[in-house]
Amino acid sequence: MRRLTWFNATSLTLGFAFLYIPMIVVIIYSFNESRLVTVWGGFSTKWYGELFQNEAFLDAAWVTFKVGFFSSIIATILGTMGAYVLVRGGRFFGRTLFSGMIYAPLVMPEVITGLSLLLLFISIGLDRGLFTIILAHATFSMCYVSVVVSSRLVSFDRSVEEAALDLGCTPFEAFRLVTLPIIAPAVISGWLLALTLSLDDLVIASFVAGPSATTLPIKVFSSIRLGVSPEINALSTILIGLVTIGTVAASLTTKRAVLRRNRAERMA
Amino acid sequence: MNLRRFSLISVPYLWLLALFLVPFLIVLKISVSDIALSIPPYTPTLDFSEGWAGFKDFLSQLDFENFTFLATDDLYWKSYLSSLQIAFIATFFSLLIGFPIAYGMANAPSEWQPTLMLLVILPFWTSFLIRVYSLIGILSQEGMLNQFLMWLGLIDDPLTILNTNVAVYIGIVYTYVPFMILPIYATLTKLDGSLLEAAEDLGCSRAEAFWRITVPLSKAGIIAGCFLVFIPALGEFVIPSLLGGSETLMIGKVLYEEFFANRDWPVAGAVAVILLLILIIPIVLYQRNEQKIMEAEQ
Repeated sequence: MRRLTWFNATSLTLGFAFLYIPMIVVIIYSFNESRLVTVWGGFSTKWYGELFQNEAFLDAAWVTFKVGFFSSIIATILGTMGAYVLVRGGRFFGRTLFSGMIYAPLVMPEVITGLSLLLLFISIGLDRGLFTIILAHATFSMCYVSVVVSSRLVSFDRSVEEAALDLGCTPFEAFRLVTLPIIAPAVISGWLLALTLSLDDLVIASFVAGPSATTLPIKVFSSIRLGVSPEINALSTILIGLVTIGTVAASLTTKRAVLRRNRAERMA
Repeated sequence: MNLRRFSLISVPYLWLLALFLVPFLIVLKISVSDIALSIPPYTPTLDFSEGWAGFKDFLSQLDFENFTFLATDDLYWKSYLSSLQIAFIATFFSLLIGFPIAYGMANAPSEWQPTLMLLVILPFWTSFLIRVYSLIGILSQEGMLNQFLMWLGLIDDPLTILNTNVAVYIGIVYTYVPFMILPIYATLTKLDGSLLEAAEDLGCSRAEAFWRITVPLSKAGIIAGCFLVFIPALGEFVIPSLLGGSETLMIGKVLYEEFFANRDWPVAGAVAVILLLILIIPIVLYQRNEQKIMEAEQ
């Protein structure tokens, strides 16, 4: 039944051209000798050199990395706990409110999340900086982690957990030895999602950052407002490259894991 | 209730109460306060030292003045309307572009499908800001798009696209179309091909079979995709401020400027509250659609 008709081939070609041409153009022009972004002046890697000498970008990248590292770890722990409570918590006081608070941040406009957190930090007198960005990012990313992990928790067979409990595991041991290994792929993809969201966030960070901590997206945004520049093209190319390597590697690993599982199932 | 269960529940619960619910209540409170030349720049501030009388006094100073101000000032209701309009039009075009891509993917040879899927997900993991940025160079006066159109001979002079609403539409469609493609693709792959064969055997033309079988059966995916584009597009800030021009009115941008440029926190709070009230409708509809999908799968 699967046939590649002319219509399908055209829509796929045009569709992916639409998705990829702008990024490919950025990559090509990052190797442009000329500072003019519309004229090709020959191949050069000098903008990468300039980028790595730009202290402001390097500082911002380091801040972004720290924020991403800490916020994604906090978000993964809290989000996994949240998912466990949602799926296995049973009934408790305020359960509806809890699930509402898990799902609401997913659809909340970023400007509102940013505004409300900033107002909170100001009203309790917390100085804005690295710490407040980490708190803000951990809060909205934990909800994404919860959603990813809870979909895995819902779908797996509970009887293995019950078997562990019957065989004398404490609930915590059962979680560590049985549940965690099963949900581990979801926890890892939740963590990667939290990390990406944090590295990528502009709006919330610009509300809660304050003058002492500038993240890379904030820095990039303020220089994009001044126009297209070859340094930003170089930076974009590096970021696109990292994401491509990461995504392709992740998909190859899952593919291999699936193949191995299929083989194991055939052997059994 | 045992201690372990209690702490498992209370840690994420308290975190969300403190960093999601309380901040939101603060926004609500500030939206009914008045602007003042002080730090923080609004009155009244809650003072617990005077006890109950102080709290009553505090309540009596709150009013809905900011909301009546929003209703009377053109800028705000025009921004809400124009955000809705931009989000609607952009969602429509995302569907127009996303559906054929999802359809092409679902009907491609099965060994291609993981790669095609990867190609849709890749932009989704790539920095949002970088993707919006990549459009600036393409859409500018001397950019690729104008050069291409002039080379084709369709236009003689470059069009002004960047810094207009057209650029905002292109930006939203470009950045959010993966959200449209993925749910539609998911429903299309589950579609039973024998239904289409049966329809053709019974005398339907291809186009008729498409309209009477494929479209209704992928309705849940289409609806989910539309909401996934519409909801974030409505409050969008980055796209209108980088690609839009002075004519572009979007409420996310107005809120940002009200807060940072005008420093009118109470009005910014009121703008946020109204935006949320508008968003509740599509969110509830989206949830209902998701529930229907879940029930259909069981």
